[in-house]
Amino acid sequence: MINAAGRIIPDQITGVAQVRPYAGPFATIPTGRMVGPKIRVNKPRSEKIVKSIEQAIEAAGLKDGMTISFHHHFRNGDYVLNLVVAAIAKKGIKGLTLAPSSLNDINEAIIPFIEQGVITAIETSGGRGKLGRLMTSGKLAKPAVIRSHGGRARAIEAGDLKLDVAFIGAPCCDSYGNMNGINGRSACGSMGYAMVDAAYAEKVVAITDNLVPYPAYPISIPQTQVDFIVVLDSIGDSQGIASGALRISRDPRELLIAEYAAGVIEHSGYFKEGWSLQLGSGGASLAAAKFIKEKMLAQGIAASFGVGGITAPFVDMLEQGLIKTIFDVQDFDLPSIESLKNNPNHLEMSASYYANPHSGGPIVNNLDVVILSATEVDVDFNVNVITDSNGVIMGASGGHSDTAAGANLAIVVAPLLRGRLPMVLDKVNTIVTPGETVDVIVTERGIAVNPRRTDLTENFKGIGLPVMSIHDLQRLAYDMAGKPEPIAVSDEVVAVIEYRDGTIIDVVRKPL
Amino acid sequence: MEKKLRRAMMFMPGNNPSMLQNAGIYGADTVIFDLEDAVAISEKDAARHLVHNAIKYFNYPCEVAIRINHIQTPYGVDDLKVVLAAKPDLIRLPKAESPRDIEEVDAIISEAESRYSFAPGSINMMAAVETAKGLRNAYEIATASPRMVALAIGGEDFIADLKTTRSKDGKELFVPRSQLLLAARAAGIDAIDTVFADINDEETFIAEVNLIKQLGFDGKSVINPRQVRIVHQIFTPTEKEIAQAGRVIAAYNAAIERNSGVINLDGKMIDTPMVLRAERVLAYAKSVKK
Repeated sequence: MINAAGRIIPDQITGVAQVRPYAGPFATIPTGRMVGPKIRVNKPRSEKIVKSIEQAIEAAGLKDGMTISFHHHFRNGDYVLNLVVAAIAKKGIKGLTLAPSSLNDINEAIIPFIEQGVITAIETSGGRGKLGRLMTSGKLAKPAVIRSHGGRARAIEAGDLKLDVAFIGAPCCDSYGNMNGINGRSACGSMGYAMVDAAYAEKVVAITDNLVPYPAYPISIPQTQVDFIVVLDSIGDSQGIASGALRISRDPRELLIAEYAAGVIEHSGYFKEGWSLQLGSGGASLAAAKFIKEKMLAQGIAASFGVGGITAPFVDMLEQGLIKTIFDVQDFDLPSIESLKNNPNHLEMSASYYANPHSGGPIVNNLDVVILSATEVDVDFNVNVITDSNGVIMGASGGHSDTAAGANLAIVVAPLLRGRLPMVLDKVNTIVTPGETVDVIVTERGIAVNPRRTDLTENFKGIGLPVMSIHDLQRLAYDMAGKPEPIAVSDEVVAVIEYRDGTIIDVVRKPL
Repeated sequence: MEKKLRRAMMFMPGNNPSMLQNAGIYGADTVIFDLEDAVAISEKDAARHLVHNAIKYFNYPCEVAIRINHIQTPYGVDDLKVVLAAKPDLIRLPKAESPRDIEEVDAIISEAESRYSFAPGSINMMAAVETAKGLRNAYEIATASPRMVALAIGGEDFIADLKTTRSKDGKELFVPRSQLLLAARAAGIDAIDTVFADINDEETFIAEVNLIKQLGFDGKSVINPRQVRIVHQIFTPTEKEIAQAGRVIAAYNAAIERNSGVINLDGKMIDTPMVLRAERVLAYAKSVKK
């Protein structure tokens, strides 16, 4: 079948119970009710602390074929996922579905366990490096399922993704399971992705290297959702979790893209007192923060709130009063963690509050402006952030499609050429974010406005920005680098890209 | 004729394909593809061919210059042989010390223009003065060829020649800068300041650009795209300056129309230098990239 994004989707896909084609960003209306975990009971004076991960696995009743979840706030310093999977393998459990909020390079350590059949399916936000290549190889028993952060929260709450046991790395935890991510040597900041897992998993295991006297405070995940606690010497490498402040790029091309993006924002019509924004952690996005900050200072404008993965430049704007409140689902550096800890206007939020489309209203719906990155865009403004030019999975969906759908102005920043490859194509290799939710594409050589946004085209007239049609932008790239040949792929579907509403917007086929 | 602005003349190594590809996107008034100091001896031949092909292939939206090796080195003549066929806008000669250096390059360019059927005189020249001897001959260098459009000061070599070191405020270069400016002005061509090497010291760079603008320089050689924006900002006239210049030109044009020899604006006499200054302000304003 052909879905509303123009992609051919097989009628049936191994391991996918029901193939629901993407029908449009807001076309699918859910029915039914949210799910919940089984009712728990905890008698007074009961003990939640168990001696080891192995004991926690037993106590949680983990069996062959179940689904386990993790959160990725520890990024490349994460020990938890690897230790738990190794312990599961030791116990001889097989055929599990691994459903972390995302995967990092450090998690490549579990590849032998995937090859041994301990893990046979993966549902997550994406994959990089060896894990990405493995997901593309077709070695998993069923296609990997790629979800946005909002889409994952939705899937959990709707019962599409049923978590049997959630393993939650807790930088600070008390003996009854109250935990937060801001205290301790493995502090990761916000625990926004883990909040949904804790609320909906059948069993929740907290794994900490910082057991504190009861009660731990502040509470990000409460004791009412926690079944077992494991205390380890270390749950992560602090260097890999969060290093010093993320620095503004010095790459002149990224700075130029950022300058154009800031110009787009300034003249979009949304740049006024009380506006709201999300910036990514990529080079051009962070650099855009510098230019936006200058414009806000010059024009005396403050934003009502900022959202998303938080970085030092964002925190700096909060401290200077240029942003009144920050809603934080993930932190990328130490100043952000410190800010969440100390600044009452810096608030932690769950992935559902952030971006779940099937809720009373995620905060992305209140966004004026978001800056997003891309590995490829096409002349229909579709965006790919998952597969590289060889068709191999090398990126993550994150909040890309969520914020693009929610924000009034979704800006995608990307270099027009990467090495010798044009980044504006006839068709992106994989659609993650549909073009109808993308408003402006900013490159170092030109800016293209989605023809749907005639208001923006009008606003950008005569202000000196290099605005051109998307076809002219593509021509510019093709003139310099030639037209890339399409990737040869087989019929085998190795990954399914779920749109945030649970429909299938695209599939990744195994490259030949 | 509209004045050609050379506020930021940006150096790019001639042996870096990625930089050659992107050289035109940063808004520099001139890009200078370097075949001299930025290129190792082992890569000189590859670089000159790369630059030749880049100029022919990419449609750079700015003036395109090439810094060749000095004509007395084993590379200078070969550089010209290869790159002139691509018809660059400008050849920059480093370490110019005498009018003879200019004349030699001029002759090779003339021969190439004839061979490739380019319009005679269509390739310009500029020279970098980098020694005391060169500075002493600056006016003669500036007037040695009608192709000469600018003199530049090469600060690092000059400081070494002076047997001193570079200070933050550049006091040791004050006299050389001023003398070079005088020579350029006497010859009626542009004066371009030296590069500032520490790209992370934005504060000192800004101070230096302000200084050279006040001295009267037309622009500055830069080594990083990030410096282009700063130079442009400083050289860009303020709204107030643009408005006042517009009024001066309007008053001047009105006086011409009524054949009046006396030009008056707000009760003040307007003389020729004021008109020239106003024209310069408007020329700068017009070419500002928003």
